[in-house]
Amino acid sequence: MNIYFDLFLTFAKVGVCTFGGGYAMLPILQREVVEGRGWAADEELTDYFAIGQCTPGIIAVNTATFIGYKLRGVLGGVAATLGLVFPSLVIITVIAACLSNFAQFPVVVHALAGVNACVVALIASSVIKLGKSTLKNGASITIFLCVLALGNANRVFHASVGGISLFELLSSPAVLIVLAGIAGYVVWGLGKKGGERK
Amino acid sequence: MTLLRLFFEFAKTGLFAVGGGLATIPFLQDMGAGTGWFTNTDLTTMIAVSESTPGPLGVNMATYVGYQTAGIPGAVAATLGLIFPSVIIIMVIAGFLQKFRQSKTVDALFQGLRPASTALIASAGLSVAGAVLFLFTQGGGQGELANTIAVRWPSVILCGVVFVCMRYTPLKKLHPVAFIAAAAVAGVVFQL
Repeated sequence: MNIYFDLFLTFAKVGVCTFGGGYAMLPILQREVVEGRGWAADEELTDYFAIGQCTPGIIAVNTATFIGYKLRGVLGGVAATLGLVFPSLVIITVIAACLSNFAQFPVVVHALAGVNACVVALIASSVIKLGKSTLKNGASITIFLCVLALGNANRVFHASVGGISLFELLSSPAVLIVLAGIAGYVVWGLGKKGGERK
Repeated sequence: MTLLRLFFEFAKTGLFAVGGGLATIPFLQDMGAGTGWFTNTDLTTMIAVSESTPGPLGVNMATYVGYQTAGIPGAVAATLGLIFPSVIIIMVIAGFLQKFRQSKTVDALFQGLRPASTALIASAGLSVAGAVLFLFTQGGGQGELANTIAVRWPSVILCGVVFVCMRYTPLKKLHPVAFIAAAAVAGVVFQL
């Protein structure tokens, strides 16, 4: 099959199977792109999500563009991205045209409650899979725990400096990602050089 | 003309909304107020529809707003507008990364990013879990008990069953969408 068509189709599948935000697409991505196609590794997915957190745009779209670009340059990126948004375009247009009270149908409400409970389990399972490849040593586990704690600290603690809420700022994903990058540089970048000097 | 404006307005949203679908909502509120294309009530309906259909939330919102404003061409213009800036930005970053992949410094940065990214995903999973598995009620006035938290046991049980099935039984070979479909049926049958 033509690779561009394959990219379009695979990401259309991811688009159909994703309910909610970008994180809900992770289990489907792992299945289709990592296990099914071998287009990326689990660690690469975390890289793309990390970059997607700090760059403009929808995380799901950013990830599709990344993987498509990595495989086949600009055209690949475009094919993957259009594939991802195609199902939404069709489904939402149909619903907007025919069923403006779609979200209030009892069947939809109940089915969605079931889907949401399932998505929680899917994300939990994906995080465990990711953790196996990204949390291999003390330093990475420390970064994981710090980010998890800081990211949620604003729910418990409140402190502000000069009108800026401190924990609110610290819990912003973009800030946490930048701090983690610096930590990575200090631990692995500087550490290795020091080791070589000996 | 409307199409061009839709493309441009959503490109602005795509350019400034950092971090995922929910980040687009404040921009859409501004857009509704500025253009008169939709009211805040319309927006609430759009969010509900976007959340209950497949696809990334932000993309669904763009398609819905575009369709309501200018039909199918509008839906296409708004969606392409939303994704346009991030496609360009990501391609520039991806090109840069490919060039510097051998660099020890870039490698060290990503060593730090990966556990952080995993933590952010875990954190998002926890907030979804909080919203889906628990019911938070604001305390009623007159000095009564403050906020109460109730556990939605049927959802917790369904979540637990799915988790065990997909990790510890031969069913783990199934595609995730099989679990999603089964959970939707369970939701309807048990009136979740």
